[in-house]
Amino acid sequence: MEKLPAWDEPRARALIHAKSDLEGPLLPILHDLQETFGYVDPRAVAIIAGALNISRAEVFGTLSFYKDFKKQKPLGRTIKLCLAEACQARGADALADRFEQNTGCKIDGGYHEGVEVETVYCLGNCALGPNALYDGEIFGALTDESLAALHARARREGAAS
Amino acid sequence: MTTLTVYIPADAAALSLGADRVATALRHEAQARGIALDIKRVGSHGMFWLEPLIEIETLKGRIGFGPVRPEDVPSLFESNAFAGGEHPLKLGHVADMVWMLRQQRLSFARIGIVDPLSLDDYLQKDGFKGLRKALQMSPAEVVAEVHASGLRGRGGAGFPTGVKWKTVHDAQADRKYVICNADEGDSGTFADRMIFEGDPFMLIEGMAIGAYAVGADKGFIYLRSEYPHAAKVMARAIELAEQAGWIGDNAFGPGKHFHLEQRIGAGAYICGEETALIESLEGKRALVRAKPPIPALHGLFGRPTLVNNVLSFAAVPFILAEGGQAYADFGSGRSRGTLPVQLAGNIKRGGLIELAFGITLREIVEGFGGGTASGRPIRAIQIGGPLGAYITESQLDLEMDYEVLAANGAMLGHGGIVVFDDSVDMAKMAKFAMRFGAEESCGKCTPCRIGATRGGEVVQKIIEGERVAQNIALLRDLCDVMTAGSLCAHGGLIPNPVLSALNRFPEDFAPAAHKNAAE
Ligand SMILES: Cc1cc2nc3c(=O)[nH]c(=O)nc-3n(C[C@H](O)[C@H](O)[C@H](O)COP(=O)(O)O)c2cc1C
Ligand code: SF4
Ligand code: FES
Repeated sequence: MEKLPAWDEPRARALIHAKSDLEGPLLPILHDLQETFGYVDPRAVAIIAGALNISRAEVFGTLSFYKDFKKQKPLGRTIKLCLAEACQARGADALADRFEQNTGCKIDGGYHEGVEVETVYCLGNCALGPNALYDGEIFGALTDESLAALHARARREGAAS
Repeated sequence: MTTLTVYIPADAAALSLGADRVATALRHEAQARGIALDIKRVGSHGMFWLEPLIEIETLKGRIGFGPVRPEDVPSLFESNAFAGGEHPLKLGHVADMVWMLRQQRLSFARIGIVDPLSLDDYLQKDGFKGLRKALQMSPAEVVAEVHASGLRGRGGAGFPTGVKWKTVHDAQADRKYVICNADEGDSGTFADRMIFEGDPFMLIEGMAIGAYAVGADKGFIYLRSEYPHAAKVMARAIELAEQAGWIGDNAFGPGKHFHLEQRIGAGAYICGEETALIESLEGKRALVRAKPPIPALHGLFGRPTLVNNVLSFAAVPFILAEGGQAYADFGSGRSRGTLPVQLAGNIKRGGLIELAFGITLREIVEGFGGGTASGRPIRAIQIGGPLGAYITESQLDLEMDYEVLAANGAMLGHGGIVVFDDSVDMAKMAKFAMRFGAEESCGKCTPCRIGATRGGEVVQKIIEGERVAQNIALLRDLCDVMTAGSLCAHGGLIPNPVLSALNRFPEDFAPAAHKNAAE
């Protein structure tokens, strides 16, 4: 993962205009902004509204509906830990509890030492749980040790960025 | 020097257990030994407990080994296993394994075998046979063929696919759309993902046939954001299919275009509901639309729109290539064809099993699955995702069939089966169902938006032993309201897991159960 660039209005405009002719362009635009800057800066809302000829309220409504879109610059890295039924059946809940105790990191509780751990419901690897997604990679059959190792890696990479 | 050819899955399940590290280890070891190595990345055969399952090309065909860890690699070379020698991880010919032999793989016939991004591989294994045939028929004849197959939507509702295609076909409009619903949000399901990662051209072909049949020139794939590997493979497959002319300008003949775009969701389960998905594609909050009007007549941008699940579209190339009857020859009752069953949770041998309808749950869970991974007794099984009912071990003799399950207070949904051992706390699962329902509610109607939140609180009170009888009565009341009064099946079905847990596992809702557990 590279270091995220600071908010850059011309660059944001270019991203927005590159996709504004798509049919239903709003989600692709929000994804591109988030991919580039790590979040969707509130300053993008008015630019998108202007480019797509819709109201700012509509843009903000969409931006705020979807869990994936972040509205603040990330303070580190994100691990998505699956806590859906099939992973629960394989001990994901207990794993998560022990993880919180061992690290002091609270799941869905924001950044802690440069890492946040978010709950996700299913990563499509339900016969091999518990599972996590980090930096586009999937980690299966998690144990206390492998989750701790993943967390340590995220901390390192969070500190480096 | 002869080259050693090794097949290594790039399916997310195999990657999650280190398939890439195995590939690297193989490269290093081969290099150190001066052996020329050709690694081919494939999909997964669906035997996840054996992943990473690699195969070596030999004179006698492909020989499987698994589960292979990077540290096993040197011994694979030393034991001469690649030249036919014995090895503890040797599985033999994958196609001859009992797990594979007992399946009827139609949609998954190529997965695990072919390079997902090789059009040559695809064409050699009957690829585009269905589309070629369809293009020689009239659109109405294609619709009739799908109708004859008896295919029902695999996304959950089980609606007859042929009927839906005919509705969109008959609609008059300046533009029509096809949409593939790849939001696969149900816990316990992964068949859609495996198709994206293992045989993406099949989905493209199915959608192209659909577009030709209903008269659409634009298609969208709506894929959930939790599947980054699937997204990459499909994006490339669309490019390749377009370059080769299977889709794109003039794909169906002069002036008959079909353009296909993949869109990525943003972490909302409700986007699996087809009208919420359409709103999302339009760039809006994913609020469910009231039906009617149905999307088939008034869908994306107000145009007639065909929405089908990945597995529904994936069944279509076979149906066109071999005829609707060939597909309908599989199955039981009004459930025709095959169902890709996804066996998950606390299971010894989990994975993808494509079977004709009519097999019992016991044959799947015990026969294929071998019981729980923990070795403890099976206590509960959830079928059909987070909105599906929990059933008991004693109900395992039910058949996989839409009507049989419905008659027994269960639903097939997208074909996911999640197994729990006797350590499961069903009151906790009921609370989870309510909380999940609340978190993923689109918020448009009150029974679901408020009801699921209150429901979670009521179950919590029951767990804490607070006025248990009264709170159970209240919970039942609330479930009645949600079932009867919700706008869509999200709120309407949340009571399924909750009430089935309560009715079939009442002991977990007794005050003593939790008092003891807490002590
Ligand atoms: C809450 C909810 C979630 C759903 N999720 C999915 C899904 O992830 N994938 C899917 O294909 N259908 C899903 N459906 C069903 C769709 O609304 C729709 O019936 C289906 O996509 C139609 O395709 P089919 O006829 O091929 O099944 C969901 C429905 C509801 C109510
Ligand atoms: S039942 Fe729930 S998800 Fe469905 S429309 Fe109502 S609030 Fe939205
Ligand atoms: S339930 Fe965790 S990956 Fe599906």
